[in-house]
Amino acid sequence: MGFSNQRGSGGRIASPLLEPRWVRWSLTAFSCSFLVLFLVVPLAVVFAEALRKGVGAYWAGITDPTAWSAIKLTLLVVAISVPLNLVFGLAASWAIAKFEFWGKSLLITLIDLPFAVSPVVSGLIFVLLFGLHGWFGAWLDSWGLQVIFAVPGVVLATIFVTFPFVAREVIPLMQEQGTEQEQAALTLGANGWQTFWFVTLPNVRWAVWYGVILCNARAMGEFGAVSVVSGHIRGKTNTIPLHVEILYNEYNFVAAFAVASLLALLALVTLVAKALVERRIHLSSTSLEPTTVES
Amino acid sequence: MVWRFKKHSVLPGFGLTLGFTVFYLSLIVLLPLTALCLKSTSMGWAVFWETVSHPRVWASCRLTYETAAIAALINAVGGFIVAWCLVRYDFPLKRVFDAMVDLPFALPTAVSGIALTTIYASSGLIGQWFAPWDIKLVYSRWGIIIAMTFIGLPFVVRTLQPALEDLDKENEEAAACLGASRWQTFRFVIWPTIIPALLTGFAMAFARGLGEYGSIVFISGNMPMKTEIASLLIITKLEQHDVAGATSIAVVLLVSSFVLLLSINLLQWWSSERLRGVS
Repeated sequence: MGFSNQRGSGGRIASPLLEPRWVRWSLTAFSCSFLVLFLVVPLAVVFAEALRKGVGAYWAGITDPTAWSAIKLTLLVVAISVPLNLVFGLAASWAIAKFEFWGKSLLITLIDLPFAVSPVVSGLIFVLLFGLHGWFGAWLDSWGLQVIFAVPGVVLATIFVTFPFVAREVIPLMQEQGTEQEQAALTLGANGWQTFWFVTLPNVRWAVWYGVILCNARAMGEFGAVSVVSGHIRGKTNTIPLHVEILYNEYNFVAAFAVASLLALLALVTLVAKALVERRIHLSSTSLEPTTVES
Repeated sequence: MVWRFKKHSVLPGFGLTLGFTVFYLSLIVLLPLTALCLKSTSMGWAVFWETVSHPRVWASCRLTYETAAIAALINAVGGFIVAWCLVRYDFPLKRVFDAMVDLPFALPTAVSGIALTTIYASSGLIGQWFAPWDIKLVYSRWGIIIAMTFIGLPFVVRTLQPALEDLDKENEEAAACLGASRWQTFRFVIWPTIIPALLTGFAMAFARGLGEYGSIVFISGNMPMKTEIASLLIITKLEQHDVAGATSIAVVLLVSSFVLLLSINLLQWWSSERLRGVS
């Protein structure tokens, strides 16, 4: 960013630190068209296709009872998986960022593991555990419980794929902030909870929000893993993305895109929230340590 | 020398938080992954090899690797230029474009799948321009590459952006003072510093492409031997109650992503070592 300001207004002398004008122009033109082609157009198409047959058809697609039950299931899954992963993320970052112990980097690698596992494989591992021929399959069956092709499977698979989000955003920031403030709080007589609640958490709250936003977006939109374990039972185990797939495969395009537009709206909200939170993180990190900025 | 598990600290809550972390991690991540490993070892080599060497499986794995590599390459080039422009130039709506880069993270894959299919279909917004030349962008390899490119783009851009922002301006000034042309400065000063970040982004985009499922099933057409990706074949095998076959393919995918994860970590270590040497 700083480089572009170097050129004086209307200066004819080419700056040695700036590419020739035609290079800049063509690179920028390329970037913009690449982004428009790959990002803007697909997003716009979702809304255009959803409204193709008017608002009435759009509304009918969203308010359909099966769509409604898919929305409810997705909200239920989010309400279970996001808080669990939030609590885990906070606990993990406290343990990892505030203490030095043996095997720490191994633990960090293990936390990142679900990102390296492809969505379909993430679903498969739960089938291997809880499926009819899986480890616990027969045992669950004897109790009349069903995990795979039922709601618990969907919840478990979602927890797995969204597992690292909060932890991975909060750990680096907490590590950066050290333990001095917490030590001061403890010296002044605060107990552990008070220290965490009033000292540590406010310092990392934007990173926590950031992690929750990403976790939530992924939990609502997860397709591959959920697709393996859900069994696609209409009105019962279909989440919003699975419902979109069914409608699309039935050539019910308007309804498919209408329901998909809800997810696209969610994505837009996520992007805006992410941009806002990113700015707050940036602001708080620059205001926190003004003395460490060099030259 | 006394070996201690943990360095002394006055902060409380270590046992509680680490205990919960390890417990939750084992329950959600380690137990299921162990099940996969045990399942695959209990099947034995013969079953594994029989599944993997089957022509249909072989073709789908090859297809997945090839298309993921091509898509990651497109992203490495395109994403590099995008990151460069976002960091170095000013242009209208730059902040909007910058925020949009994360769209593939935020947009559920099923939605991007049906949107991309609609656009690139022979009657679609972009596909119609290719239809007269008999180029089928959808239900072909191209479709898979398009979807994987969409999915992988943010990985390259978001890895490169901080690396480009961290570049020390003084090095470029020094190069210019010593008479280097802008191209020479780029080639010999900027490029060597950012190559680890570019490779990291490439590896991440490649890994994401290998595992991608949601957007591809819509756009690829899913023809066995032709446009059937490995993830889809896992689901097909599961539906046929061939758990051993599904597990074998999953192991292949899992091992490749671990190898990639390892190389990404090595690359990041290499990059930090390099940057330390520079500054």
